[in-house]
Parts: sequence; C-alpha cells; structure tokens
Amino acid sequence: MFADYMVNAWDVATIVAIVAPVVGFFVVLRGSAFVAHAVPEAAFAGAAGASLIGLNTVVGLGVFSLGASLSIGLLGRRGRHDVVTALALVLMLGMGSLFLSWSTEYAPEIYSLLFGEVLGVSSNEIGITALLGALCLAAVAALYRPLLLTSVVPEIAAARGIRNHRIDMAFLAIVALATTTAVPVVGALLMFSLMIGPPAAARCITDEPLRTMALSVGIALATVWASIAAAYQTDWPIGFFVTAFAFVGYALAHVLRWAREGYARIRARKPLPGGSAA
Amino acid sequence: MSGDETTLRGDVLALEGVSVWLGGRQILDEVSFTLAPGDFAGLIGSNGAGKTTILRIIMGLQEPAEGKVLVDGRRLGRRNRSVGYVPQKVLIDPDAPLRARDLVALGLDGERVGPRIPSRRRRQLVDEMLEAVDAARFADARVGNLSGGEQQRVLIAHALISRPRLLLMDEPLANLDIRSGQEIVDLLARIACEQHIAVLLSAHDMNPLLPVMDRVVYVAGGRVAAGTTNEVVRTEVLSKLYGHPVNVLRVDGRVLVVSGSDVSLEAVPRQPQPGRPAAEATGRRGGGDV
Repeated sequence: MFADYMVNAWDVATIVAIVAPVVGFFVVLRGSAFVAHAVPEAAFAGAAGASLIGLNTVVGLGVFSLGASLSIGLLGRRGRHDVVTALALVLMLGMGSLFLSWSTEYAPEIYSLLFGEVLGVSSNEIGITALLGALCLAAVAALYRPLLLTSVVPEIAAARGIRNHRIDMAFLAIVALATTTAVPVVGALLMFSLMIGPPAAARCITDEPLRTMALSVGIALATVWASIAAAYQTDWPIGFFVTAFAFVGYALAHVLRWAREGYARIRARKPLPGGSAA
Repeated sequence: MSGDETTLRGDVLALEGVSVWLGGRQILDEVSFTLAPGDFAGLIGSNGAGKTTILRIIMGLQEPAEGKVLVDGRRLGRRNRSVGYVPQKVLIDPDAPLRARDLVALGLDGERVGPRIPSRRRRQLVDEMLEAVDAARFADARVGNLSGGEQQRVLIAHALISRPRLLLMDEPLANLDIRSGQEIVDLLARIACEQHIAVLLSAHDMNPLLPVMDRVVYVAGGRVAAGTTNEVVRTEVLSKLYGHPVNVLRVDGRVLVVSGSDVSLEAVPRQPQPGRPAAEATGRRGGGDV
C-alpha cells in the first residue's frame, strides 16, 4: 500500500490531517460545527459546477466555499448563523444535484467529491493542497489570540477593541480555505468529521489550548493513516473509515475523561494517611 | 459637588457634558464627572438609568452626540489599553480547553495579531497577577468550570494585567452570593489603593459598597450626581436629580432612597416601576431585612 500510485494519497491526506483539526479547534470552540458542515456542501456544488463547464474542480471548490462562508457571515444576525447556515446548506445540496443532473461526467468522479478518493490524487494536486494548507495554518497562527478571545469571551474582546464581526468573517474564510484543501481527498461529506472529531476528542483530554490543538493533529493523523490502510486492505470507501475512526476517537476520549474524573473522585473521598479527609 | 477641581486632581477619567441619543431617545443628558487615581467609585442607579451606556461610552464602544470623554487626559481611540473591563455575566463553555492562566495571559496582548512567543517573563507576570487577585489556587483549572466568584477574579486579573489606569466593572455583584460579592468588593478596593488605579463599579444597590466607596456617581433618568457619598446621597441632591421629592433614609448603617411623598418603609415597592422615579429602593436585594 506504499506503492507509487499511493504515495500522493499519503501526502495529501497528511496535509489535510494537519490543517483540518487546527481550523477545527476553533470551529468547535466557537460552536460553529454547523457552518463547518455547510461549507463542504458548497464545495461539492462548486466542484460539480466546475466540472460541468470544464474548469479545474479546485477553482469551483474554492469559489463556492468562500462564497458560501462569506454570505453566511454577512447574512447572520448578531453573530448567530444557524438559520442562514441551514438555508445555505440545502441550497448548495440542491445546486450540486442540479449540476450533477446536467453533467455527462463519469459518475464515480462526482461520487469521489462527496465521499473522497485516495487513489485518484495526482501529484500536481499536492502542490495546490500544500499551498492552501500552509495559507490556512499561517492565517490561524496570525489570528490565534484574537480568535481565542472572541471565541471565549466576545464581550471582553469587543471592549479590547477587537471587531468581532471582522474576526468572524476572517475565520469563515479560513474554514472555506481548509475545505478547499481537503474535499478532493476525503470528500465533502467527510471533511467535516476531520474538522470536528479530533479537536472535540482532544479537549476531553487536555485543558490547554495549544496542547489541545497539537493533540487533535495527532488524532487526525492517526485517523487518516489508519483509514487509508484500512481502505486499501478492504477496498471499502475511505470516507467510511475516516468518519468511523473519528467517531471512535471521540467516544474513547469521553471514556478516558469519565474514567479520570471517576478516579479523581475516589481519591478525593479516601481519607489522607495521618489526617482527616477534606 | 465635583468638576471644579478637574485639573488639580490629575484625573484618570473625565466626562464633560456627555449626551447620548439612541433611537431618538435621550439616554444621557450632559453627564459630567471625574475620577482620580486610587478612587473606588460606585456607578449607582436602577435598571435602565444609563449605567451601561456610561460604561460603553468610556470604553469607546459608543460615540457621545455631545461632550467628550478623557482617559488620562486623552481622548480614546478604539484600542485603548488604559481601560480594563469586566462584563456583567460571561458564559464560558465548561468544555472550552482554556485554563484560568491562559485567559489571564490573553489580557497581556489578546488583541494582537501574530504568533505569541511564550516566555518566562510572561509566565511570571501571569503568576503575579493571579496571586494578586487570590486566584493562584485555581490557575490551572478550566475557566468554564470555575464558580461565578472565581471567574470574576480571573476576569479581573485578565483586565488588570495590561496595567490599565481605570477598571470598569459592570454589575459584579448581581450574580454573586453575598459573601463572594463582599470578597470581590474588598479585593477591588485593595487593588484601587495598591495599584493606584481608579475603579468604577456599577450596581443597583449601593449598600454593599458604602464601607469602601470613595465616590459615588448616582445615575437617574440619564443625569448624574457625583461626589463623595455624603455629598451625593442626600435628600436635596437626589430630589433635584430625580426631579421629584425623594427622601434619603439611613437605617442601621444602610441607605434607602424612597419617594418623598411617603416615607414609610412599608410603602417602598419591591419592584421599582421603570421610568417612574416616584419610589426607588436602592436596597432591592438587601431591602427586605431592614
């Protein structure tokens, strides 16, 4: 499974597994999981549209996901996005299905946009993915502190002179960028699980923001690598393994936290040697 | 009252003739007052009197239609590090992976763009600040898991670590039990004195603040009377402010402001009616046990 035709898949999947959880850390922190679900749907519609008119699918992906995330940001009221997100999500699915019905494209191509395809990754796609991924990481690094502050205590951020709406828009653009990076490999429907699963699992385990981010990258890498290996062995779609492993990781992290809290409680109850219990 | 000693006191904060209209309604009417370094001041008034608007004006989140706001003698830009702010109620997700010390560290430069370089100096500053607000023992706990009083200490540390000249607290006592509230008041009074900064704390009940308050800024109907407690909380001054006769009663070291037409305590309604200054109990929370 490390044959030449698989090397590109490993490379791209690794880049995605680094970028998605770093962006996803803030998606989870800001409670914008729904947005992170809608933007990949737009990416799917964009890719389908691009292939219909013979453009590079990555261009379609980028334009549609950026357009969707920015309109979600602009049309959201008072920082709440749920209604406009829901409408954007179904609109994008609808447009995707329209483009598909017009398309004469070979069906598995489109199917791979939704559910991911590791075998079809070409080496010029790696360059684009790496570039977009690096851009995402640079943007998160630059906005790290204001993003953290607006996510946790927006009132205080505003008082410190941070314009929360601008940070929100910048963040949605980053989500769109990360989506563009990942959809060609893991697929639109499944990209989302790499953004949400690993950070949600990591924050059950550690309390510090940067450590949570690092740990979620680790979990995502393990998820993606295991998924490629499993998909290669079984010939089942990789998307299934990515979502399943992401879910298992989240469940395990919860069990771990529950066990740790239980242990701490038992220890607290035990009388201290030579003294009375607090 | 105040105002004529503006230049002498080296004011940290000066509001001069500030008026604000919102949606065609006048919220503040020619508000003027000053605070000096070390002042512990209460911004007292009932809901809707204009307390929050005054705080927003001072933070530069709202532009006054008339008048000016000077912090340390300068007009404010949007990014000002000389004003620290602690909001009334923050809801911090208990699942957010953010420790108390992380939030305090964000107080140093949380608005800055660019990667943060951790250093021993930063860590030491955070530790000192946590120590100063008695929060060292929960420095490594998640902020979202702390109690209201503990969170307030962390937010105070966050606000103070960038060494502001003025600390604004929006109703810090509204969500705390009496004991934690008293601890926060004592802490703030100590900080105002030790760090030589002005603290302006909004409250609808002045009684918990009476022992430590240097100055009172009393807000009613968008107008303000400011000075020491003895100067302001008097029957003539507040009657003039309300534009309606009120009586200031002192009972067991507590202060009650009641309608002048009927001074019997039984007549003080539990819930003051909005927009009508006729009867106004400042001791809404503690009023029952007088």
